[in-house]
Amino acid sequence: MAAKSTLINMVAVLGLTCLLCSAILAGAYALTKEPIDKAAADKTARSIALVVPEFDSLSEELTISCDGKDYKYYEAVKGEETVGYAIVSKAGGFGGDIVMMVGIDTCGVICNTSVLSHNETPGLGAKCNTDEHFMEQWKGFNPSEKILSVKKDGGDVDAITASTITSRAYTKAVDSAVEVFKSIRNEQ
Amino acid sequence: MEYFLIIISAIFVNNIVLAQFLGICPFLGVSNRLSTATGMSGAVCFVITLATLVTYLVNKYLLVPFGIEFLQTIAFILVIAALVQMVEIVLKKTSPSLYSALGIFLPLITTNCAVLGVALSVVTKQFTFGGEAHFLNLGESLVYAFATSLGYGLAMVIFAGIREHLAMNEVPRAFKGVPIALVTVGILAMAFMGFSGMVK
Amino acid sequence: MSSKGRLILDGFVRNNPTFVLLLGMCPTLATTTSAINGLSMGLATLFVLVLSNMAISAIASVVPDKVHIPVYIVVIATFVTLLQLLMQAYTPAVYETLGLFIPLIVVNCIVLGRAEAFASRNGIVASAADGLGVGLGFTLALTVLGAVREILGSGSIFGWKFIPGDGMLAFVMAPGAFICLGYLMVLFNKYLKKE
Repeated sequence: MAAKSTLINMVAVLGLTCLLCSAILAGAYALTKEPIDKAAADKTARSIALVVPEFDSLSEELTISCDGKDYKYYEAVKGEETVGYAIVSKAGGFGGDIVMMVGIDTCGVICNTSVLSHNETPGLGAKCNTDEHFMEQWKGFNPSEKILSVKKDGGDVDAITASTITSRAYTKAVDSAVEVFKSIRNEQ
Repeated sequence: MEYFLIIISAIFVNNIVLAQFLGICPFLGVSNRLSTATGMSGAVCFVITLATLVTYLVNKYLLVPFGIEFLQTIAFILVIAALVQMVEIVLKKTSPSLYSALGIFLPLITTNCAVLGVALSVVTKQFTFGGEAHFLNLGESLVYAFATSLGYGLAMVIFAGIREHLAMNEVPRAFKGVPIALVTVGILAMAFMGFSGMVK
Repeated sequence: MSSKGRLILDGFVRNNPTFVLLLGMCPTLATTTSAINGLSMGLATLFVLVLSNMAISAIASVVPDKVHIPVYIVVIATFVTLLQLLMQAYTPAVYETLGLFIPLIVVNCIVLGRAEAFASRNGIVASAADGLGVGLGFTLALTVLGAVREILGSGSIFGWKFIPGDGMLAFVMAPGAFICLGYLMVLFNKYLKKE
């Protein structure tokens, strides 16, 4: 059973445990740092590949300021030519920010979208990440021909059933990505 | 305005027990009687607010500057355990009446996940209250922590009131005790779902 | 049956942490929106439970009585942080889904409870078996609850959809968690508890 408690052995044992544990964790942290960073980078790379046309090289992470906010984006290049941009954009949904990767080709047509993180209600707003009909409609959505807002508000986007707030936020995030795209083109 | 939104959101919309599932064990454990429920709520309220203040400062001025945020969990739980112990000693010495009211609940609070949960979410999660998503500053964190614990108290007191009535009713044998309590909380949670969407 | 086997079985039924001891309610309710989430949370807890049980049974004899709780908490928190780092590195998607409830394993009463009640007075192997049994019991309970909520709420099981349409959404949300657990406990009380 447990040893008798004296001040010295209490302090010693507690101190030693803390020291040993932090040492183990520092070691574990050093060992896992690389895989953790790699996992995050992989996730970004996967979502970029999903949203832009086929490419052979990708730019570094770039930043651009649009409407007073900074946005991150990546440029996809095939051969010598830029084929599209992957823009990280976000908007407040029902349960917090919906962060997305929006792919736009050089003509300004949306190629695809992908959700990086969201906090929407499971079974309702969370469907923005799984509902096929909702997700498919973004492929080839041309913002210069169609209106980027949900049908309820007079636009051309089909909302997810019973999740208008989420659909609005999603649409808003795509809309800001389109604005970002315009400023990228203007700069060049 | 922002503070007002935080308060409403933390008490009603994202109620810590009914929507975030934190602090369930004491919620079920001490809600048999209204008087113990109020006592526990008071103690939790006190400790959550104090713990959030201390862990926020520990995180900002100790963990972040040294780049050792991965020690958050271990540092926070130690801070909370020490804090609870200290509160107990101080209360015992300075205010025996308050101690006799909250004293027996204090040791239980270290392992109340609501305390660690709030402390951790304040420093790791971004919140949206009307505007842009952002990490809370010290003032907002304290308001959030306090309001969250008020929400805890509210859920606890409502539930204890219901349970006192429930105790006098006949329920099927297999439902006795916790099962019927859980079903009741479920219905209470449904009522609280009516608040969702009130604050975006 | 060997005594170790008995220990593992005990964790399943007689000492089932969820249905009998009512421990670790928060992750039980919060993470069981689907069968797979429940299973992952259960396995994460199992990992911490087995390792912390072993470590604590190894050091229990040299830890002074008055500081044993803080020491145990530090040991448990260490394994939890280790788990956090490993999950971030190798299963980032699962880590994101379970979110806050991974660090909160520290305050899961099951872990400290087993450390206090069993590991501190038994050998390493027996403590590991105890951790395994209780951990598996917890995992089973979480998976069952997750499966029931997924079937009722989304019409699917482990992501495989067999009922078209939306399902009863309330079961995926907070109220469903409480109500499902309540009814599962009733079934457990009625059919398994009376030995």
